[in-house]
Amino acid sequence: MTRTIYEFTESFRIAFQQIRANAMRSVLTALGVIIGIVAVTLMGTAINGINIGFQNSLAMLGEDILYVQRWPWRNVDDWWNYINRPAIRIEHAEKLNRIIESTPNSLLEVAVPVAGRGSSVKSGDIKLSGVTIIGSTSDYSRIVTADIAEGRLYNDIEANAGRQVCVLGSSVAETLFPGRPALDQVVDIRGQHFTVIGVLAKQGEFLGLFSFDNQIVVPLAALRKYWGSRIDLQLRVKVKDKTKLMQAEEELQGAMRRVRSQLPAERDNFSINQQQAFKAQLDPVKSGIAIAGLFITGLALFVGAIGIMNITFVSVKERTKEIGTRKALGARRRTILLQFLIEAVSICLIGGVVGLALTFGIAVGIREKLPALPVEFSGSLIFISMAVSIITGIVSGFLPALGASRLDPVVALRYE
Amino acid sequence: MTAPAAPAAHIHRPTRPPGALVIEIEGVTKLYKMGAEIIHALRGVQLTIRRNEYLAIMGPSGSGKSTLMNMLGCLDTPTDGRYDFNGKNVAHMVDDELAEIRNREIGFVFQTFNLLPRSDALHNVELPLIYAGMSPSARRERALAALSNVGLADRIHHKPNELSGGQRQRVAIARALVNNPSIILADEPTGNLDSKTGEEIMALFEQLYDQGQTIIVVTHEEDIARHARRIVRLRDGLIESDARVH
Ligand SMILES: Nc1ncnc2c1ncn2[C@@H]1O[C@H](COP(=O)(O)OP(=O)(O)O)[C@@H](O)[C@H]1O
Ligand SMILES: [Mg+2]
Repeated sequence: MTRTIYEFTESFRIAFQQIRANAMRSVLTALGVIIGIVAVTLMGTAINGINIGFQNSLAMLGEDILYVQRWPWRNVDDWWNYINRPAIRIEHAEKLNRIIESTPNSLLEVAVPVAGRGSSVKSGDIKLSGVTIIGSTSDYSRIVTADIAEGRLYNDIEANAGRQVCVLGSSVAETLFPGRPALDQVVDIRGQHFTVIGVLAKQGEFLGLFSFDNQIVVPLAALRKYWGSRIDLQLRVKVKDKTKLMQAEEELQGAMRRVRSQLPAERDNFSINQQQAFKAQLDPVKSGIAIAGLFITGLALFVGAIGIMNITFVSVKERTKEIGTRKALGARRRTILLQFLIEAVSICLIGGVVGLALTFGIAVGIREKLPALPVEFSGSLIFISMAVSIITGIVSGFLPALGASRLDPVVALRYE
Repeated sequence: MTAPAAPAAHIHRPTRPPGALVIEIEGVTKLYKMGAEIIHALRGVQLTIRRNEYLAIMGPSGSGKSTLMNMLGCLDTPTDGRYDFNGKNVAHMVDDELAEIRNREIGFVFQTFNLLPRSDALHNVELPLIYAGMSPSARRERALAALSNVGLADRIHHKPNELSGGQRQRVAIARALVNNPSIILADEPTGNLDSKTGEEIMALFEQLYDQGQTIIVVTHEEDIARHARRIVRLRDGLIESDARVH
């Protein structure tokens, strides 16, 4: 056992002597492995980044919130089946909440009506367009996914009275009131003045598409005063246990059909949406990246492996006499096999480390220069690339190493 | 039978009494196939070598000296015949068993020194001990002792290209000695050295013999062979003569 350990150390020692003596050759040979490792780890960082960005985005939607809307969160080909669906109204929320309350062991907690509409807003000279104005009840506090950074949300009285108070998304607050507190300031929304009573904490962009911070939350009653009572709503329904989202969705479906007085034969005239819908849309993107990355990796590693196999054959040829000498001194077959395998693996490991360092540099660079691009380095990437390097080394070094181990010592010693 | 001339240079030539049997070969043949041609490198050799012997194997080029040497050194196995090494039949051993015997029982000295060019003298000498599975501290101690025994205690960190030919061969001899082998096998050990350096190497073998080593030297030079106490002459794969030298 200890003999194997000594032979291992000896093999690594020879390998590094050999690589140092042929530095240029070794680096060129490792190039394929370097490219392969960069490809596989870059792919990994991209997928990691997408996953993390995705998780953050889903958290903005709320992991425990079901969205009742006219349209589903996916592209539909039969739009005519949806266009005539009745609008969702505030009374639906009230009825739904009554059903929830009267259902024993309901998986649902509360249904909150939410209206949303794009608008431009003003404060003094500063104008901001494309802001989402959200109108809701005081129950909004139960489904809001952002923290309140300053102030508060409107209360029951303000909500029911339709008082003109508002809570600003973080980027709205920063733009309208740069460098000064937004609380108690006045925001002009379509000619109506709303007093700022709170500011939400920063949430970020949803899948890099639009910002959750570019919104203003006001009482729904205030919104209806100016924009009409027939405004299209959605219901956000909080579930009690997010691990039972599927069952909760079924319960909600039945309850909504009752609210809408639908006949058993009728198809739902509403859609229940949840974050899960986005996963399905994201998966093809991720697998596309994975396939491209694996293809490049595979190609580079294949070329790299052939290069390393070749260099190991050359190394065995050059050192035939040395192999003969080692055998004369008592090296067994597996000792010689190990020696050349370790040499091939060492070159691959050096390639792997260089590749990892490159990827790490690229990831840091992207972070700094292009913060919108999702990249995320992780420890498992180190493990994966080391494993890939070692396997490449073993696969490509095996044949030449086996050849070396089987050399007849007499023939090897005669070799000039 | 051509008896060698008694060497005048050596006045005191103590010959140690032969000890236990180390090598016993009988009817050993070795065939090489070269395409359609079959070469009889050895045609039935019989030889016994005991501990404490100092033997020279002589003969013209192509007579089978190296083939016999490789056989004795367990680098090769006979096509036919019996070979007992220290009472163990090695004629049919497989590669790794032979490697074990080479590692523990045999010390090789080559004409071309065969040192690892990128390793220093110390590491070159340690190599057989690594294959024997000896711990780093123990093998360093043994290697240092072997190097000082050949007079190279002050050259342990020199690489082969920083040493003279004679010094390289002494490193190789230290490497052959380091495992306390039963025999030392030297194939034309002075072949790549000038005659003065060659004499120094032969003086070193003399010293090792005095210390109790068993030595077999292959050479085609009479001047070298006459250092030995026994000379075996080969011709065309057969032993032509086997004589004690005094
Ligand atoms: N590996 C081999 N293949 C074919 N023929 C060989 C081989 N080794 C030795 N021979 C032949 O065997 C004979 C003896 O060779 P060798 O033992 O090297 O002689 P010496 O060392 O006495 O010069 C020679 O004819 C040589 O050509
Ligand atoms: Mg020869």
